[in-house]
Amino acid sequence: MTLTMPAPIFEIEDLRAHYLTRFGQKIQAVDGVSFSLKEGEILGIAGESGCGKTTLVSACMGLYIPPLHQSSGDVRVDGKSIIGMDVEQNRKDVLGRLVSMIPQGALNSLNPTRKVKDLAADMILSHDEKADKQEIQGRLRERFERIGLDAELVLNSYPIQLPAGMKQRVVIGISTLLNPRVVIADEPTSALDVTTQKSVIRLLFDLMDQQIIGSMLFITHELPLLRHVSSRIAVMYAGEFVELGSTEQVIFDSRMPYTKALMGSMLSAEPGQKSKKPVAIEGAPPNLAHRIKGCRFAERCPEARPDCKENEQLIRIVANREVRCQYAE
Amino acid sequence: MLSESVKFEARGLSRAYGHGRKLKLAVSDVSFKIRDKEIVSIVGQSGCGKTVLAKLLLRLEAPTSGALLYNGKPIDTARDPREHWRQVQAVFQDPFSAFNQFFTIRAQLKSSFNLFEQKPTEQEMNERVDQALLAVNIKPREIDGKYPFELSGGQMQRMLLARIFILKPQVLVADEPTSMVDACSRASILEYLMKLKQELDMTIVFITHDIGLAYYVSDSIFIMHEGKIVEQGAPDDVTQRPQSPATKQLLDDIPDVHREWIARSPAA
Repeated sequence: MTLTMPAPIFEIEDLRAHYLTRFGQKIQAVDGVSFSLKEGEILGIAGESGCGKTTLVSACMGLYIPPLHQSSGDVRVDGKSIIGMDVEQNRKDVLGRLVSMIPQGALNSLNPTRKVKDLAADMILSHDEKADKQEIQGRLRERFERIGLDAELVLNSYPIQLPAGMKQRVVIGISTLLNPRVVIADEPTSALDVTTQKSVIRLLFDLMDQQIIGSMLFITHELPLLRHVSSRIAVMYAGEFVELGSTEQVIFDSRMPYTKALMGSMLSAEPGQKSKKPVAIEGAPPNLAHRIKGCRFAERCPEARPDCKENEQLIRIVANREVRCQYAE
Repeated sequence: MLSESVKFEARGLSRAYGHGRKLKLAVSDVSFKIRDKEIVSIVGQSGCGKTVLAKLLLRLEAPTSGALLYNGKPIDTARDPREHWRQVQAVFQDPFSAFNQFFTIRAQLKSSFNLFEQKPTEQEMNERVDQALLAVNIKPREIDGKYPFELSGGQMQRMLLARIFILKPQVLVADEPTSMVDACSRASILEYLMKLKQELDMTIVFITHDIGLAYYVSDSIFIMHEGKIVEQGAPDDVTQRPQSPATKQLLDDIPDVHREWIARSPAA
């Protein structure tokens, strides 16, 4: 029976988004991405800079601010589509409540001229203008205590008075204030040192365990980090998912040449592995302003064959995971 | 003879900020030697004082107390700083803030010749810029007429390194050069750092929070914690037989694929 299967809370169906430049160029930054998230699940998305990760974030929130436009596809939260709203309505009904984001430059995303309590109160007021001020402060105190912050001190501080790690916790606290169904974390730890990184990820896990967050998309360029964070990984290249499978499959037993090359460019901190050099992938990703006929990675692929550039690559199921390569086995 | 092979020497070096009760020692009574033609990594968490130490080496800050010797002589803050900068140069974390957005990249690379006592001819300057660009795997034609915002972060970081290939200093202080670029560009930036050491016999001070990265590039590692150097030694000793709790913490927090990192009950 299908009843025993938990229904997905976040569904992305063949999503495409493009930028229109002022020179009339159309850049297809996200090109046919599909996936779904179940309650309590974390999906990791990995890829190089410029592969479309951050555009995918906006597209998944249904937030299309020109020059970004939606081409086609659908995004559903608990079965309800969030596509096709105008920006104002999206901000009121979707952002923060259904889908919330932890931004990339989280350390610079707090307004330096206002106290943390006012910034946090904005999150509630923007969805409920008539909320009671006293009640809001009570709610903030309760939530900040719950995520392990000294609420009295933090709420009455200006952002610059807080160290980097605590600022990141404040940003996460504000983003998850309204118990969003889906949280999209866009490189939440890339500006932090390893110790702070660990504490931030522990906080995200706690929020999931306490069911404050329903499910999470974790976006990063550090593929090895996802080994500890997500249960499934999608590898993104030039606007497409090129491999989607379980964490074990993608990291230890990858079938897509691009994923293998990406793992090869990571350095291993294992003792005695000093001789194992990280290898950079030569060349650059293709220009998405032009229509690409064959495999997008063919130019840089060490295993490319002559017809790779000719044939359009469709998703195939190889060894129980999705791969976009006709020769993967 | 021995003093010749030491590039930098610090004796009880401190740098304080603030006054009275708010006095904070960013670098507190550190002593070390950085030998010639060596890659030394300074590793520590954010706020441990590693960037302040870099600024001291670069003569961008003056020590509050203690002595910092370059080539056996104390750094004289009264003299023209350019004398020091001809020999000690830096690569910073954020290449976009290191370049001026209003000038082309080539013009800015050429302006690095201003540091020399004698500026070469226009033609020679262009040739040397081209050579430096090729050294970091960028075709000179690719960046001609371009401004910093037209390049990616990884490419800009390579422009900073191209500057080093032009200036050919004796010491390079690299402050988190890879923390803002993705893993792929990181591998190539490390490659160029190795090249600088091997081809130009450069001494490199590599500052990072990632002890795994330090282990991979350096000949010697200093661990910094709360303004002090708490441990120093060869990479293998520091990573395999760590003595200080700060080092153990840094090693523990690396998300390595082969071991458990955060214990968590499987999602329901």
